[in-house]
Amino acid sequence: MDLNYSPEEQAFQFEVREFLRTHYPKDIQEKVANGIALKKEDYVCWQKILYQKGWVAPGWPKKYGGTGWTPVQKYIFEEECGAANCLRLVAFGLVMLGPVLLEFGSEEQKQQHLPDILESNLWWAQGYSEPNSGSDLASLQTKAEKAGDHYIVNGSKTWTTHGHYADKIFVLVRTSQEDRKQKGISFLLVDMDDPGVTVDPIITVDGMHVVNQVFFDNVKVPVENLVGKEGDGWTIAKYLLQHERTNIAQVPRSKTQIARLKALATKQQSNGKPLLEDERFRSKIAEIEVELMALEMTSRRVLSKLSSGAAPGAASSLLKVKGTEVQQAITALLMEAVGYYGFPYIKDVMLNGWQDEASIGPEEAAVLAPHYFDWRKTSIYGGSNEIQKNIMAKAVLGL
Amino acid sequence: MNLEFTEEMVMLQDGLNKFLQNEYDFETRQKLSRHGIGYNENNWQQFADMGLLGVPFAEEYGGFGFGQTGLIVIMEAIGKGLVVEPYLASIILGGQLIQQAGSEEQKQTLLPALIGGELKLAFAYAEQQSRYNLADVACTAEKQGGQYVLNGHKSVVFNAETADKIIVSARTSGNTISEQGISLFIIDKAANGLTARHYETVDGLRASDLSFEGVTVEVVLGTIDEAFADIQTVIDSATAAVCAEGVGVINQLREKTVEYLKTRKQFGQSLGNFQILQHRTVDMFMAEEQMRSLAYLAAIHATSDDKAECVKSVSAAKIYLGDTRPIVAEQAAQLHGGIGVTDELDVAHYVKRLTMINALFGDRDFQMQRFCQVS
Repeated sequence: MDLNYSPEEQAFQFEVREFLRTHYPKDIQEKVANGIALKKEDYVCWQKILYQKGWVAPGWPKKYGGTGWTPVQKYIFEEECGAANCLRLVAFGLVMLGPVLLEFGSEEQKQQHLPDILESNLWWAQGYSEPNSGSDLASLQTKAEKAGDHYIVNGSKTWTTHGHYADKIFVLVRTSQEDRKQKGISFLLVDMDDPGVTVDPIITVDGMHVVNQVFFDNVKVPVENLVGKEGDGWTIAKYLLQHERTNIAQVPRSKTQIARLKALATKQQSNGKPLLEDERFRSKIAEIEVELMALEMTSRRVLSKLSSGAAPGAASSLLKVKGTEVQQAITALLMEAVGYYGFPYIKDVMLNGWQDEASIGPEEAAVLAPHYFDWRKTSIYGGSNEIQKNIMAKAVLGL
Repeated sequence: MNLEFTEEMVMLQDGLNKFLQNEYDFETRQKLSRHGIGYNENNWQQFADMGLLGVPFAEEYGGFGFGQTGLIVIMEAIGKGLVVEPYLASIILGGQLIQQAGSEEQKQTLLPALIGGELKLAFAYAEQQSRYNLADVACTAEKQGGQYVLNGHKSVVFNAETADKIIVSARTSGNTISEQGISLFIIDKAANGLTARHYETVDGLRASDLSFEGVTVEVVLGTIDEAFADIQTVIDSATAAVCAEGVGVINQLREKTVEYLKTRKQFGQSLGNFQILQHRTVDMFMAEEQMRSLAYLAAIHATSDDKAECVKSVSAAKIYLGDTRPIVAEQAAQLHGGIGVTDELDVAHYVKRLTMINALFGDRDFQMQRFCQVS
């Protein structure tokens, strides 16, 4: 067993670090570090920079614009991005639809969509969950009925992240009623500006608008926009969920957040001393650090298996559950660290930071309680942690 | 032994519950919370008419003399209704400080007006460096002639924007973390040299940060240098009171979550059929009952002359309230799924209130430290 990276990997690590230091925009870095809301142009800006460098799609094959990195190189890249407070690129095109088109799409679909995804010319949204289909995704009811050379889509999708920014959406639709609910589902690409598509904002607990409900009212979609065959939808969805779970543990990000927490607790006072010297508070941080050390090592063990060609399997469920628990625990301590200054809620500061205004309380404080509340979503989305435990019970323990 | 509330108290609570049911639905609460002064003055006057504002005060000043147990019945209802009117700030903190530390004359002039709803108070005690330590007071009051001159900053003063008078703790002698040398002053909200930054709080209330630059004050509350004990007494009472508010919040989170599990169907059946989810709601139920017990115990001992008994019971209740965050608040959100983290649903706002009560008057860590010192 050897934790060290090889000389080549170390050289790569240095190259990534240098690139991020010299090319990652400082204003975006500051926003991410302080938890200020990101704007569409921030995402586009950073994606275009990575595109120029050829590093935008580590998960894609090289001939389609991927990097050709080994699993270890991808991991190093994630580590460095986390440490540098890099903005996480929007996953819907790059991490989700891209790999789906590469695996299931027609040649025309690949040529039409992949370049725009890489270059961030078009924004994609994900149409999976429905108001009545959450954890039970396969019970989805949005319908696509074939009428000549197009489908007529009716129904509604919800929790559509960035739906209000999106140009296109990939949607799971029911094209036929079968004996099992997993059958008869198809994967369709829809233009957001097609007649009959409307987007309603959903304001989340932090007062922010990121997710939406999308309605489809007799939307005409050309049959060429079907990915794979009719009825392939569930197979594609499962394939895609594996991709959604790469880097799901978020270890690098959590390490950065622990550092942020310690810095904040050093500045905060308790009984005339830094809060970090308060034994109770310090041990709560330590408990998270221990879990995070385990999680990092578990991630590396999964990585080592991947490098030797094995599939991640149910390990991604473990990484998701433990990863979100760690992230949520950190948000709770960040909020606790500022005591009474968890109370002020100033929406403008969440959107734009304090700008030239003197902060109310510590300048870090204003976003911390809203983030804590918002971060509850991580154990709900992407397959709730209950669903992940069901998967482990079944797939690992054979129960 | 008798652990029941008196008939008068039950009637008072019924009246408030009825008012909240009929005129204070969630949408109304949200509108109040987000517009204007953050609550409804007419509601406040109604509270006065119902007698709610006189609950903890002696009959000779126009109150009911129900003391801490009276506060429990009110605060539990306030928790259930997510009430935004300034009962905690004005009555429990402000009014009780007057009752606790005030001169006979101050009590006779201020309390009837407070009980009648004409006067509102706020209490400025927390500071940026103080965290939850009430003795950590850097704000100074210097004697100049017959007056005191106030300088410093106070953090997160609830409902200061609508208070007519603000009670401020300031240091008149001693070092920054000494219990000795703290005094209380009553200042007018329009005092020269007082600047305020008002804001909403994450749980839908209102608060302000206050800066004092050479504010001259004439009105002293209680004895100069000796205010700490009075402050501690009132904060203990307020801590017990917010624990009771927490009981009301927990009750609603438990009821709403159980209701959701009964109606939401996934995998062809009600979520309530899944044993893992049943057990989580049973944990909520047990936490609610245990929390209620500790809140009642805290109410019984909050004003006790036996200081150790008081600290032990009040801290125990507040520690337990901190424990309910993962069991009740976080699980209520989790069991509701995505909808549980939206602004639209009341559940998220109960979650926020329960979470933020933890930070009021000392979080779980702080209370644990206090508890260990006396237990």
